[in-house]
Amino acid sequence: MDAPAAPADSQWPLWEVFTQEAQGAPHEHAGSVHAVDAEQALQNARDVFGRRGKVISLWVVPTEAIVASAPSDAGPFFDPGAEKAYRHPYFYKVPKGIRVY
Amino acid sequence: MYGANVETAADRKAPAPVEDPALLAEFQARIDRGESIEPKDWMPARYRRQLVRMMSQHAHSEIVGMLPEGNWITRAPNLRRKMALIAKVQDEAGHGHYIYCGTETLGVSRDELVDDLLAGRAKYSQIFNYPTLTWADIGVIGWFVDGAAIVNQTVLAKASYGPYARAMIRICKEENFHKRQGFEICAVLSQGTDAQREMLQDAVNRWWWPSLMMFGPSDTDSPNSRDLLAWRIKRFTNDELRQRFVNLTVPQAQAIGVRLPDPDLRYDADTQNWVFGEIDWAEFWAVVNGNGPCNRERLAARNKAHADGAWVRQAATAYAAKRAGAPRDGGSTAAA
Ligand SMILES: [Fe+2]
Ligand SMILES: [Fe+2]
Repeated sequence: MDAPAAPADSQWPLWEVFTQEAQGAPHEHAGSVHAVDAEQALQNARDVFGRRGKVISLWVVPTEAIVASAPSDAGPFFDPGAEKAYRHPYFYKVPKGIRVY
Repeated sequence: MYGANVETAADRKAPAPVEDPALLAEFQARIDRGESIEPKDWMPARYRRQLVRMMSQHAHSEIVGMLPEGNWITRAPNLRRKMALIAKVQDEAGHGHYIYCGTETLGVSRDELVDDLLAGRAKYSQIFNYPTLTWADIGVIGWFVDGAAIVNQTVLAKASYGPYARAMIRICKEENFHKRQGFEICAVLSQGTDAQREMLQDAVNRWWWPSLMMFGPSDTDSPNSRDLLAWRIKRFTNDELRQRFVNLTVPQAQAIGVRLPDPDLRYDADTQNWVFGEIDWAEFWAVVNGNGPCNRERLAARNKAHADGAWVRQAATAYAAKRAGAPRDGGSTAAA
């Protein structure tokens, strides 16, 4: 037991898997699989994340194609959104006793 | 793994890295606020190392755990049992995949982890180094082993590392089927012939103590426990979880009329716990260190399966390369 797998026999590219559990629901990140190509990625994703018949649609995306914001950006990157109170309904005053919705 | 999280000699030798106290304090504050830690977040090297060890041992346990039960697929007593067992063993493969993927988010490749397992450098739950001698073992494994896994994993589902916690939530949803199908087998055997009841009792006798050992060394003998608890990698101690399992299982055993092989087992009204006898830790360490009844057999089976599957992996790589019109380069970094 001292022979590790030959270099050529190594893991395949990584794919991120998104599953949809009901018609009209959003696709949500479920996890990842290794696969040689998109077709095999779909099959592996079905076997790993769709064994209970809940999943009705699958997306697979090469992991390296995903661009993510960095955790250290979390403050500055999203701050401008928090400063704009006028984007929220409670910013606007309505005379008492009137139902706006 | 299912809790035991055994340290190897190499782990103990690794030097403790010096961390920036400010970052460390902020990290601890995030944990204390109940936030979940995500792959790109800053984390102490020791947190990462403990997680890699615990998650990889857990993933290996799922994969090796397929072997004792797979042993009975062709001999399941009827089609219903056979379908259930195939589905359960397939789930365990899935569990291994979820957790290997989680471990990869910490910067370790699945290949490295599989290599460690095949070369005998990695640990996995000691429970899978016991043989499955009769059909009743399949029932008792579902009942005890998956039952113990549920106790552990329900708690891990709230662990601080996001990818691990999410994998646990997915797994917990599937474990209930595992436990119920096992308990059903036991309940049916307990209503059967004398020979069937004896077979069940014999399986219970053999699996009870190893199942208690699944929760890992006693708290007095778990040097890492304090850190793991502070970082919410664990949320309860090994002994607390073991007690929870015993309290759950004793009434189930009584309900189907099997005896648990512990003369010291008694109910303590004050603590509302089922107090149990002394665990044979010498046996635990012998099995963990490679000298259980099936350690060599399990490793040999994994190595054979990996070698026998090599042509499939090569064929898939060659096929993908051909379809992409790319030169065949062995495929290790084949473009996605
Ligand atoms: Fe499992
Ligand atoms: Fe299971």
